Amino acid sequence: MPASATPPPPSSSGTPGGSPVLELRALTRTHGSGIAEVHALRGIHLSVYPGELVAVMGPSGSGKSTLLTLAGGLDTATSGQVVIEGQDIAALGPKGMAALRRRSVGYVFQDYNLIPALTAAENIALPRELDGVSVRKARKEALAALAEMKLEEIADRFPDEMSGGQQQRVAIARALVGDRRLVLADEPTGALDSETGEAVLALLRTRCDQGAAGVMVTHEPRYAAWADRVVFLRDGSIVDQTLSTGAESLLSAGTAEAAT
Amino acid sequence: MSIRHGLLALLERGPRYGSRLRTEFESRTGSTWPLNVGQVYTTLSRLERDGMIVQEGSDDAGHDLYAITEDGRTELRTWFETPVDRTSPPRDELAIKLAMAVGAPGVDIREVIQSQRHHTLKAMQDYTRLKAQALADVPANRDEVAWLLVVEQLIFQAEAEARWLDHCESRLVRLAEAAATEPAAEPGPAATRGPARALAGRTRSKR
Repeated sequence: MPASATPPPPSSSGTPGGSPVLELRALTRTHGSGIAEVHALRGIHLSVYPGELVAVMGPSGSGKSTLLTLAGGLDTATSGQVVIEGQDIAALGPKGMAALRRRSVGYVFQDYNLIPALTAAENIALPRELDGVSVRKARKEALAALAEMKLEEIADRFPDEMSGGQQQRVAIARALVGDRRLVLADEPTGALDSETGEAVLALLRTRCDQGAAGVMVTHEPRYAAWADRVVFLRDGSIVDQTLSTGAESLLSAGTAEAAT
Repeated sequence: MSIRHGLLALLERGPRYGSRLRTEFESRTGSTWPLNVGQVYTTLSRLERDGMIVQEGSDDAGHDLYAITEDGRTELRTWFETPVDRTSPPRDELAIKLAMAVGAPGVDIREVIQSQRHHTLKAMQDYTRLKAQALADVPANRDEVAWLLVVEQLIFQAEAEARWLDHCESRLVRLAEAAATEPAAEPGPAATRGPARALAGRTRSKR
């Protein structure tokens, strides 16, 4: 596995650096054919770098979820490529794909998807154990991840003994445990109240600042605003995207406008 | 109006001179609405004229100090107790722009909406960054707490605008679809029947 052996150092400033963790090249997904043909995605190009959190917004049916499932290798593109950590995932067999999904990509879903029969620490440790890491080491990593999020006290709780916000933070920890540097999040704040949703976003933001790459689908502008870049999809194409600027330049710009 | 009451609120904590009031106003609101010294002194002289404050000696450095009067305190209390009026909203340029863009020749209203959405989201990203910085440490004093509330207000206002823009876009799409599926009969008068029809016409003849 030479590709993942030497990850470049995370960029501390949160600015994109190094080579992209995720690259979508002319990605197209078409469902059906003939008259019933539906273009879910039309030739999407998108690169996500270490340290970067990208939010994907768009009306329903614009292709947001399709983009995420293709990026995670959960569905196959009609044409175009998905490249994760320099590897074209289409070139991997089913086994290689499963390994890549386990080692390189973490998922966060709206409904958390923790395994109910496992504690918080066990949920986080599980993907590492599946990777062949010893149970002890995996548990140690899991506890460290929880400590970093100040969630040590729930390490031995089962999902039904945690709040929604705690479950989602555990899910984020699980998504990024080990060497995994790509987290794909589908409406991660969907079922949470606004303050808890905000805490989840702050955590995702922090993990990206530490060097992970994140792609998040959301329809909430307030959560999208935590991203470095907001990509707007419409009818399967990227119509526009924003970058955030330095926060300091903002207030003067804002006041200039307010003064007019 | 708000400067007037803002200054009264600051003076309730004790006599102050003009430029100190300006500094304190700005640190409360994070320089979101900067004041110039001229505005401060104009407001102070009006407050003095109205009996809300009095000039009261000077400090060691020779600054003239102002102090709140009993009338000023009453005025301030009334201000805090009375809701800000939202029933006569100020003119909103964006609402006017979209109203004018409906059916305007040569204007793609979806593009107007998207370019505004881009701008609004970008502003939200920047405000959110400021907020994250403010939250990195627990706010230590009332100025920091006040500033956090102000920056969050900017975020919520921008969010409301972004949501409204999303709504406008889907509303226009729905209206256009409804108009397009209407029976093609009744030409003439029906063609002037309103925004939906105008929009459907525009969509079909898109440049």
